[in-house]
Amino acid sequence: MSVKSVALPIRIRRFNPGAWRNVVAGWPLNLKIGLTMLMTIALAGIFAPVLTPYDPIIGDFQNALDPPSWEHPFGTDNVGRDVFSRVLYGARIDLQIGFIATYVPFIYGVALGAIAGYVGGWFDTLLMRLVDITIAFPFLVIIIVILAILGPGIQNMYIAVFAAGWTIYTRLARAEMLVIRQQEYILAAQALGYNRMRIIFRHAVPNLIGSSIVFSMSDFVLNILLASALSYFGIGVQPPAPEWGAIVTDGRDWLLQAWWISTLPGFAIIFTGVAASLIGDGLSKIISQRNTPVL
Amino acid sequence: MRLASYILSRLLQMIPVLIGITIFAFLFIQLLPGDPIQTMLGGKASPEAIEAAHQKFGLDQPLPIQYLLFLRNALQGDLGTSITQRTLVSGLIAERFVPSIFLLIYAMIIAMLLALPLSLIAARRSDRLVDHTIRISGMITISMPAFWLGLLLILLFGLTLDLFPISGWGDDFLGHIHSLFLPAVVIGLATAPVLIQSLRSSLLDTMQMDFIEAARAKGLNPNRIMIRHVLRNALIPMVTVLAVNVGWLIGGSVVVENVFSIPGIGRLLVQAVLTRDYPTIQALTLVFGILVLIVNLITDLTYAVVDPRVTYQ
Repeated sequence: MSVKSVALPIRIRRFNPGAWRNVVAGWPLNLKIGLTMLMTIALAGIFAPVLTPYDPIIGDFQNALDPPSWEHPFGTDNVGRDVFSRVLYGARIDLQIGFIATYVPFIYGVALGAIAGYVGGWFDTLLMRLVDITIAFPFLVIIIVILAILGPGIQNMYIAVFAAGWTIYTRLARAEMLVIRQQEYILAAQALGYNRMRIIFRHAVPNLIGSSIVFSMSDFVLNILLASALSYFGIGVQPPAPEWGAIVTDGRDWLLQAWWISTLPGFAIIFTGVAASLIGDGLSKIISQRNTPVL
Repeated sequence: MRLASYILSRLLQMIPVLIGITIFAFLFIQLLPGDPIQTMLGGKASPEAIEAAHQKFGLDQPLPIQYLLFLRNALQGDLGTSITQRTLVSGLIAERFVPSIFLLIYAMIIAMLLALPLSLIAARRSDRLVDHTIRISGMITISMPAFWLGLLLILLFGLTLDLFPISGWGDDFLGHIHSLFLPAVVIGLATAPVLIQSLRSSLLDTMQMDFIEAARAKGLNPNRIMIRHVLRNALIPMVTVLAVNVGWLIGGSVVVENVFSIPGIGRLLVQAVLTRDYPTIQALTLVFGILVLIVNLITDLTYAVVDPRVTYQ
């Protein structure tokens, strides 16, 4: 009897699609809208070759600087490339940057903060000084300076973000850990004689990760904006790759003759940004409602 | 008296960070591939100049000594010579500093002017249509790339309507106000949503307080309560939010200075990176780091002066 009652909830979580539907139904509206918007962008990027017949890199000089039309919804640029196709293919680059630049630092940022908050001592002091020094530089400035050392390009941009983008997660995770460390379920885990790494990562981290997940959605937007700003300076993603910021930059010299090149791709960035903000909003609502710890 | 000791302890706390910033700036040149002297003097340097630089930077000494020499030079205001401009970097930065600070303060004022009324409205009508509209608009403006919005405003208000200049920063105070309006709006629009979000939530918290209940019970005018009682108390956390976002503000100004060709330190930085003017980049690293430190210091002190409840520890 008792064996059955333990096994039951596990089986529901794994195999019952109805339960999953109930979870989705309980989500706040802005989370659902945000996820739908982000999925739309992702699908547009994945299915770009099906959605558009034009090549994002090779232009057709005969159709240069054509205004928006049914054939070219966002017009064409100065070398005759279809701007809409470039925006679709650009989704692949910008979403990839958003995810990698946000969630790689997220992982070790949270891990470092959780460990520092739990063990304290010299490790904590040293790490926090390192955080203080890193955040003393404006984020864009430190990225530009690191790129000045490494040289331009998407690879080096990732290295720069990995070096500078973890601090906020470390601070969030550490602050939460200082509170969680005192709670009964952690004390219980300690009394059971679990080792420190198990307590930190199996018991504490699932409960302190919420604020970092919510922040990661803002970070996602910031990283896409960062990539587009670096393209504008010419030190980020290198041409002819259709990164959204790079497309806007391409149109800079044609503002008066062809306003569409610079203006329309910007809306792709805004659309993605709003999607991520809505998701962040919804997630923070869910997390503030949840008050039982995950054991 | 207690305030004085608080200021002192706050200054002492800055020292390790300050050392870290200088070490990073110092290592910057060391981390570059190639000979540091070639890097600092540019391609064509005479043997005498190379010899003099070896002496000055103590390149035959171990790294810690080199670092101390770098510190001594920096403290004496000697930040090296720009490779491309052939002048002292310190002078170059000094003349570019004013437009950047002007732009930052201007942008902060615009952000505050947007945030104050909008957050009051959002808090009074929380979870109503106006509140949602303000929040969604904030999501939109914060997602706009600064250079994209800058180009859009240049196209519309500069080139088409001819209302504002599209580059430079003007000749006199009114000229600065006029020329820097569009750039300041770009940064202000990106900053305002963050301020609105925090001010709205602290307004809502303050509205729950007993003393507000008391003011209502006294029968005071609701608008008067909102401005005199709620806003005054909710404004204090705002100082911190502004300071936390100063790095973000500066990042925005680096982009905007380049879009609008404003002769500030952000534009200097990007030009230096593009022309491989390493001494200038190194000096600017130092300047930006110290700038953020000073802003944070000023914030903490303002906080302590404005809010007597802050314990000086």
